[in-house]
Amino acid sequence: MNESITKTLLVSFLICLICSLVVSFAAVNLRDAQNKNRLNDQRLKILQAGQIYNSNFDIKSQFDSIEVKFINFQTGELTDKYEGLSIDSYDQVVASRDLLLSSKVPQGEDIAIIKNRENIGKVYIVRDELGNLSKIILPIRGFGLWATMFGYISLENDFNTIAGIEFYQHKETPGLGGEVDNPKWKSLWPGKKIYDENQNTLKVIKGKVDPDDSMYFYKVDGLSGATLTSRGITNMIEYWFSESGYSSMLKELNYES
Amino acid sequence: MNLKRYQEVIIKPLIDENPIALQILGICSALAVTNSLTVTLVMCLALTVVVSFSNLFISIIRNHIPSSIRIIVQMTIIASLVIVVDEILKAYDYETSKKLSVFVGLIITNCIVMGRAEAFAMKEKPLLSFFDGLGNGLGYSLILISVAIIRELFGSGTLIGYEILPLVSNGGWYVGNNLLLLPPSSFIIIGLFIWAIRSIRPDQVEEPDFKIANHSSAPDLTKREINV
Repeated sequence: MNESITKTLLVSFLICLICSLVVSFAAVNLRDAQNKNRLNDQRLKILQAGQIYNSNFDIKSQFDSIEVKFINFQTGELTDKYEGLSIDSYDQVVASRDLLLSSKVPQGEDIAIIKNRENIGKVYIVRDELGNLSKIILPIRGFGLWATMFGYISLENDFNTIAGIEFYQHKETPGLGGEVDNPKWKSLWPGKKIYDENQNTLKVIKGKVDPDDSMYFYKVDGLSGATLTSRGITNMIEYWFSESGYSSMLKELNYES
Repeated sequence: MNLKRYQEVIIKPLIDENPIALQILGICSALAVTNSLTVTLVMCLALTVVVSFSNLFISIIRNHIPSSIRIIVQMTIIASLVIVVDEILKAYDYETSKKLSVFVGLIITNCIVMGRAEAFAMKEKPLLSFFDGLGNGLGYSLILISVAIIRELFGSGTLIGYEILPLVSNGGWYVGNNLLLLPPSSFIIIGLFIWAIRSIRPDQVEEPDFKIANHSSAPDLTKREINV
């Protein structure tokens, strides 16, 4: 009786139905808690990229001391408010998938392979006790080997020296490209410079950077066995620090200070 | 209800029929996650929950599973349980779930889960199957936790993140053994465990599949005919 076609179909249908109900029930009910964790993790990465995270204090209170501003990528302008957007809940990655809030990156310019760039982004500003801008933390993203890598890079107040870099989401091969999370490799970044004299951006090279190299400050050691991930990061830096990214905003800030 | 039988299905997989040491199953995750004890504990918990409940549910419906699709039915149940466990981890222990990354998902393909479903739960009563899963999960955990203690303690000088042997790089005296931080070291440690267990319990030693034949004498080259 068990082997009849009707019974087989019935059992498989019921199993699928029950299992899918259980899975969707779990997914829906746990979504809020998961989003909270994800947000917390993202905030932690922002603090870590800015090299200001102190594990003795709660992430939220530390994050709240950071000033968040909108950036209009077309003009490079920084604003506190933007019509219809709330600075806390606005997610620029979500916005980049919305046709109304983003614009297509022209084929030739899309070196980081992000397809669409949101019109409005967010930047994070760290101020010292006197209220002077001490660091600025900028979201970056771009394609690595397998998928888009999402991260933050922070600059000192000369708007050229890197203070830190951190990736919060990527799908690179563990042990190879996944070494972007390796603290040793991340520690190579602070002190390096984004732009050289000719306004070319920093490069992640193949192999180790020679300390005697005149371009020492504009190059970072590549990840061994992960040429495409390293190249992805180079492209990401080039894109986000170009005219379509943060370059005009940084120039403006530099001019002001 | 036969209490002795319940006791047996829980105790036996610990040493006598250990899924890792005797059956050599579930090695993949044993290599991958054991460099930190915290991560290992979460992985063991996840696997134990999955194998116990998959056994329970499969056993409940065992008389209604058509044999032509039984493997698919088992996989569906196991996969659903793994997804639920993964979702729970993401919600309540995000840090560890990030470290475990794909390995929770890979419980689906862990031979222990499938093996117990096919070998035990398809034949036995639900509650007994549940305890069989629990026993096997504990057997797996026993080996994994022992490996993780050795690897974390001698590899990075810590246990569950607390410093036990202060590392030279942190101003202490202990030079961490970097080999222990790499997956192949678990191969060696598990190998040593298996050796130890089989020395104590010689009945676990397998009969060799093949016998090495005696050396045959080399052909006499002087007598070979030479074709020109």
